[in-house]
Amino acid sequence: MSFDVSNLSLAAAEVFVALMILAIMLTAAFVRGIARGLAYWLSQLTLIVAVFITSFTIMETGSDFDFAFNNMFVRDKLGDILKLMVYLSMMVALLYGRGYLADRKLDRHEYYLLALLTTLGMMVMITANHLLVLYIGLEMMSLALYALVAFDRDTTRSTEAGMKYFVLGALASGLVLYGMSMIYGATNGALELSAIHEAVTSPEGNKTVLLLGLVFLVAGISFKLGVAPFHMWVPDVYQGSPTAVTLILSSASKLAAFALAMRLLAEALPGLIGHWKTMLLFVIAVSLVLGNLAALIQHNIKRMLAYSGISHMGFMLMGFLSSAEASVGTVGYSNAMFYAIAYALMTLAAFGMIVLLSREGFEAENIEDFKGLNSRNPWFALLMLFVMFSMAGIPFFVGFFAKLSVLTVLLKAGYLWLAVLAVVMSLIGAFYYLRIVKFMYFDEPTDNAPLKASGELQIMLSINGVAIALLGPMSGTLLEWCKSAMKTVGG
Amino acid sequence: MTDIPFLSLAIWIPIFGGVLVLATGPDSNARMARMAALLTAILGFAVTIPLYLYFDRNTAEMQFGGGEEPLLWIEHFKVYYRLGIDGISLWFVLLNSFMTIIVVIAGWESTQKRVAQYMAAFLIMSGLMNGIFSALDGVLFYVFFEASLIPLYLIIGVWGGPNRVYAAFKFFLFTLAGSLLLLLAIIYLFNLTGSFDILVWHKAGVPANAQTLIFFAFLVAFGVKVPMWPIHTWLPDAHVEAPTGGSVVLAAIALKLGAYGFIRFALPIVPAACEDYRWLVVGLSLVAVVYIGFVALAQTDMKKLVAYSSVSHMGFVTLGFFLFNQLGIEGALIQMISHGFVSGAMFLCIGVLYDRVHSRQIGDYGGVVNTMPKFAAFFMLFAMANAGLPATSGFVGEFTVILGAMQVHFLIAFLAATTLILGAAYTLWMYKRVVFGEVANEKVAGLTDINRREFFFLSLLALCVLAMGLYPFPFTEVMHASVNHLVEQVNGKMLTLPSH
Repeated sequence: MSFDVSNLSLAAAEVFVALMILAIMLTAAFVRGIARGLAYWLSQLTLIVAVFITSFTIMETGSDFDFAFNNMFVRDKLGDILKLMVYLSMMVALLYGRGYLADRKLDRHEYYLLALLTTLGMMVMITANHLLVLYIGLEMMSLALYALVAFDRDTTRSTEAGMKYFVLGALASGLVLYGMSMIYGATNGALELSAIHEAVTSPEGNKTVLLLGLVFLVAGISFKLGVAPFHMWVPDVYQGSPTAVTLILSSASKLAAFALAMRLLAEALPGLIGHWKTMLLFVIAVSLVLGNLAALIQHNIKRMLAYSGISHMGFMLMGFLSSAEASVGTVGYSNAMFYAIAYALMTLAAFGMIVLLSREGFEAENIEDFKGLNSRNPWFALLMLFVMFSMAGIPFFVGFFAKLSVLTVLLKAGYLWLAVLAVVMSLIGAFYYLRIVKFMYFDEPTDNAPLKASGELQIMLSINGVAIALLGPMSGTLLEWCKSAMKTVGG
Repeated sequence: MTDIPFLSLAIWIPIFGGVLVLATGPDSNARMARMAALLTAILGFAVTIPLYLYFDRNTAEMQFGGGEEPLLWIEHFKVYYRLGIDGISLWFVLLNSFMTIIVVIAGWESTQKRVAQYMAAFLIMSGLMNGIFSALDGVLFYVFFEASLIPLYLIIGVWGGPNRVYAAFKFFLFTLAGSLLLLLAIIYLFNLTGSFDILVWHKAGVPANAQTLIFFAFLVAFGVKVPMWPIHTWLPDAHVEAPTGGSVVLAAIALKLGAYGFIRFALPIVPAACEDYRWLVVGLSLVAVVYIGFVALAQTDMKKLVAYSSVSHMGFVTLGFFLFNQLGIEGALIQMISHGFVSGAMFLCIGVLYDRVHSRQIGDYGGVVNTMPKFAAFFMLFAMANAGLPATSGFVGEFTVILGAMQVHFLIAFLAATTLILGAAYTLWMYKRVVFGEVANEKVAGLTDINRREFFFLSLLALCVLAMGLYPFPFTEVMHASVNHLVEQVNGKMLTLPSH
């Protein structure tokens, strides 16, 4: 076990982010007066440099994948692209959240530290090639998120949400760890993903324990993705946490959860496809029905988006599921990845819009708060219209192409009934998205306060909204990226 | 001339024009928004004229596709930006671009609230509609088809009547339900043939059991749009609540999308299933013609009456298609174009009255001819055309379809022909109650006759209605080759169905 410097260069982004976390912590301790703004800008800088490092790694290394640290760490296209998307969504989330936190006197440097820590956790999780590393990443991400959810510690709602998330999240982590231990036992001590892959496909080994372990893993993944029946925390936590944190929860953490599913199910356990397929089928069907029906009756837009997120993740898993059929191949995974990225883009804009409408002492979290937005500010009403129609899966927006990508592979895999269920549920889903458009366009405003948001928030939100409109017709490149990311995933 | 991408221009000029109009912003710039909208609409129509002039009448091939190789749009889905029109779709592109001008002029004064958004919605929708009629790629078609719901939803909901929210939601959800099934059918066809090219699908020979499923997906998707009898209920609501311009576009163009879908998708792609369930479509069409005719008779709201008469007339169209003969299909196509002019004109006439009295109830009117003689004359012409009087456009289509029906079965022709009586009854009875008689109340007494703007757009439509009634040749000559090809394709494939 010799130390090799080339190992470090592969993990340069992770090392850099970790160092920056320490640097920010020290700076904040010594430079009191300017700590707030400084912490924000240093975090953004960290993420920007991380983008460069990862892009550099993509361009520099010709190989499809490299292993480091005794095969515990893997650098591949899947990881690189997902990490890039995580950086970007974290950057957007921090930018959206800044003014919101300042209004509520929450813009302490701890917020940015925790945000970077959770990012680091996601990065570790995404690049893990070893069950223990995967678990460390998962825990690092989750622990930082628990603290973030409870960040508004003086309000009962935020602390309650933090408590709920922590208790249930700890249980889910326990499930994952328990599942991992069973896999470890059933495969004669394999922890490396490729080793598990081999051990599972060989006829030896205890299948019962293996399957039991799989059940726990699927439950843990479902919890992190927030799909039914492991969804109970989603609406409460989305509603209770400060919107700046909900932004992170609903975008970057979903991308990381997707990576978790990819690493565990697609890379380590493709030998059990026949088993996890059935479990996912159940999870998907329940999520679609429950997510959409429950979203119908919500008056709180954060809860509504939480339920809609449950159904979106169900939709995303349909692409994942399709890859279980040999006729589809890995294109199902790549279409699911496209869906997850498209969803992150949409949900960032949706919660960003809530931040935009909120102000000091006022949370724009009821659907009625969107009343007459078209009269108050036509441009942002139009952007919110883009977001809503995109989420409903209406063309030309990116949501439609995401839906199309998933439905194509689903039908190719032969799940006609699931496709019919999915379109019936998206019809129901269209209702609550249309209702927001109705409030914005058909009703007169009850609240005429001018929108007081910082210029950077307005510009970023505009870019985000326009991207939702344009990335649909121009989704070709992103789809090719996702496809190339799956090259190394053995079917 | 054919290397200028006229079709792309016809699609994108209105859309980009609409975005520009949107950019004029608040109502203080309303005048600029109106002028820009009118210019865009005229320009959009102008680029469609060469389509007619340079149209090759001797071929059933798709034309104006622009070059040999279509543009690859999204490689991952094998989706192409593939356009083209034949004799079937040519007139709809023209009709749509023409009606956009009328709608912009009609909304000139009657819309005072959010003018830029109003005009932009119509322009963008017009571009999307042209896209629907000229798309030859399944996904491209679907993208235009479903995207066109958004502007119409907003038009009904923002500028509509008191019950507009209900109507807008009903409209959107009904049509979305249909189009989602269409999406599944399109994806299924893609998995079957490995291509989204509609013309490839035409030649594909879908297995028999799949044909039935796809046929029903098409039936619901396009039947909602037509709308066919049991799923037509969104239309009267949408019509009643929509602003005048919205009703015009809805009746003149949006309803044609369903019928167009039948002829572009259902008949050529799943001919055997069409044959199998012909009784169903013919039956539903006859119910629409006869039963809805009676329903129209009972209406007290003018817009609702014309809406039901639209359902009845569109029943004629679906009937004509499913006769599977040249007369039936051509007659139905003529009926579609004629209905575009006539129903559009009817809604405009009602809009003229509504702008002045703010009521659509027949009971609130009477003796309008005394105060609005010029208007009464126009209204008379359009009412006659709606009733299918010879020498107007309404007659040509209906008569041809009845002739076609006679070739199939006497009883079908007989039932279809009742429309000539029913149509005359409900239209002329309404006309009598609104226009003739003593001046009913003070509001009618205080009416002013149509102004120059209204005179202009009504006379444009009157010209079209008369021209089409007196000399339909320019309308039909471009269709022959394409319809012939379609009939051969449909009947030919029924005999040589792949056995599965």
